[in-house]
Amino acid sequence: MGKMRGAIVVDNERCKGCEVCMVNCPADTIAMASEVNGKGYHYAYMEKPETCTGCANCSIVCPDGVITVYRVKA
Amino acid sequence: MGELRLMKGNEAVAEAAIRAGVDAYFGYPITPQSEVLEYLMLQKPEERTGMVVLQAESEIAAINMVYGAAGTGKKVMTSSSSPGISLKMEGISYIAGAELPCLILNVVRGGPGLGTIQPSQADYFQATKGGGHGDYRLVVLAPASVQEMADFVDKGMELAFKYRNPVMILSDGLIGQMMEKVELPDQKERVKEFDQSWVITGKTKDRERNIITSLNLDPDKQYQHNMRLKEKYDSMSDDVMYETFDCEDAEFLLVAYGSSSRICQKAVDEARSRGKKLGLLRPITLFPFPDAIISKLARQVKGILSVELNTGQMVEDVMLAVNGRVPVYHYGTPGGKIFSPDDVLKAIDEKLMGGY
Amino acid sequence: MDIKEIIKPENLVHQRTSLMTDATLSYCPGCGHGTVHHLVMEVVEEMEIQEQTIGIAPVGCSVLAYDFMDIDMSQAAHGRAPAVATGIKRLWPDKFVFTYQGDGDLAAIGTAETIHACNRGEDITIIFINNGIYGMTGGQMAPTTLEGMKSSTSPYGRDLQSMGHPLKITELVAQLPGTNFVTRQAVHKPGNVRKTKKAIRKAFEVQREKKGMSFIEIVSNCNSGWKMSPNESNVWMEEHMFPSYPLGDMKVDGKIVKDLMKDLV
Repeated sequence: MGKMRGAIVVDNERCKGCEVCMVNCPADTIAMASEVNGKGYHYAYMEKPETCTGCANCSIVCPDGVITVYRVKA
Repeated sequence: MGELRLMKGNEAVAEAAIRAGVDAYFGYPITPQSEVLEYLMLQKPEERTGMVVLQAESEIAAINMVYGAAGTGKKVMTSSSSPGISLKMEGISYIAGAELPCLILNVVRGGPGLGTIQPSQADYFQATKGGGHGDYRLVVLAPASVQEMADFVDKGMELAFKYRNPVMILSDGLIGQMMEKVELPDQKERVKEFDQSWVITGKTKDRERNIITSLNLDPDKQYQHNMRLKEKYDSMSDDVMYETFDCEDAEFLLVAYGSSSRICQKAVDEARSRGKKLGLLRPITLFPFPDAIISKLARQVKGILSVELNTGQMVEDVMLAVNGRVPVYHYGTPGGKIFSPDDVLKAIDEKLMGGY
Repeated sequence: MDIKEIIKPENLVHQRTSLMTDATLSYCPGCGHGTVHHLVMEVVEEMEIQEQTIGIAPVGCSVLAYDFMDIDMSQAAHGRAPAVATGIKRLWPDKFVFTYQGDGDLAAIGTAETIHACNRGEDITIIFINNGIYGMTGGQMAPTTLEGMKSSTSPYGRDLQSMGHPLKITELVAQLPGTNFVTRQAVHKPGNVRKTKKAIRKAFEVQREKKGMSFIEIVSNCNSGWKMSPNESNVWMEEHMFPSYPLGDMKVDGKIVKDLMKDLV
């Protein structure tokens, strides 16, 4: 079985910057942006995109449903 | 002619509900109206028409079951007596706010508090001025016979759906408990089509989702909602109902509803036999109140007596309709004591005709 | 591999269910309410029962649940959701009817409606969010507030002597013959989210088979009310809420599967 590569797309404007995705990311992919969105929240982004495995943990714990997850076999 | 039976007022309501194709009744026992639930249970309405009858854990639960079920567009009703109706008032306010149709029977007993189980008309204010919190009105029907207890079930449902508003039958322990001949309506089919513009029966692909709510956090929206409700309540005057007895040449007028009106009818007969030109106006709808006819009669008569089983409630609406044209008095007995025709005649002499 | 190669429709793993509306959730950042909303709608989507599902929104933070779920819904007076659901379900017995309630709504002002709907075995699903506080009104003491826990109406901590004990209503309803499936879950971690989703699916299946009440308590956070960051609140929840409200199934297929008395004491 090959290594999985993943990527997330965050709806920046809907993200409330709660950081729940960040602590639940097993690959340490996610961090909070230094910029803020229109509501003033530091939104989530892939700080280390190369580490993402597309496990979707971030997406399923996201209370606001702002994360879409993609995955391929590398 | 329909089927004739000798029945209690409470039983007549229950039988009429089955025959009107009412889909559900949710209630809780309280004297003097428990016969409604008892009769329904005995009749196995689930076999006769498929009607759902459920004894709830409380008055509060019962009215909220009505609220839920009414949101699905079906014909739903409940019944209770004064203290129980007070408990239901929060739910009734929600039903009015969410604009749902339903029928509520109040077989009034004496109050305040636990009061007495005897007949009373002390819930007039509560019924006609809303009763719960917020700016709303119920359509209020006041039956004066067992026949009207039966007839007002279907009539009430019709008005409830016409206005998408709760309708109250404001009866009392006398009419609920007494037995009279009643002509029962024929069996109606239960409705199978529902107005998909507002009912919650599951969102289908061909429409937007429907929401039953009375919440408007935006004050502008709440303002619009209240103003639209007011328009609706104003339009209800189209359905005002009343009866007049011996009013054509009357010099003095009684105004009485429900059981009081029956006692007053006897008093009018007696007064007429003594040569006194007395008439009676019986409001059948207490909301909308028949103020136009009272205003008209106020140009004709010398004085008006509002006769009620309370310390003076409807008299205020009579005064508003009369608007100072002639003196308006109140006569009544509270606390479950019923006046006789002689008591009314005495009050007429003392209060109404005393100065003439 | 370039990110653009990964972000393609055919590689999609997880996204927001289409049964959630476009409205932005009114909940505080990190609040479990949103997670549970998504799960309920995911289950409705997967079971393809949108046309048969009716939800009841309570009074509390989730009063506006009907703004977020793309299904027919009714708002209910405070605590009365199980009675409202009863009225709907009795008239439409083949629909899926669920209530969505908080601890104050379900276990304080609505205790009678909760107990009696469970005891009658109404074929409805109750989704009960327990965060030990009144969130919407600003963090007052709830029936499930823990001993010693501070709130705006127990500013020195809940004193059992004068304020009574935390009410473990889920352990109570599990003992009623009308309940078929009773469980307590959480949604703060991916594993818990997956278990909660399975529980919601099971609850709706119980409803389909008309086996009686399905009751899911979800122990959740209220970071605003608890005055913590979202992640701090989730850690605090594990350390303090879970010992009093232990996770797991209590009743499955009408059989009690846990030593409820042990958890009650």
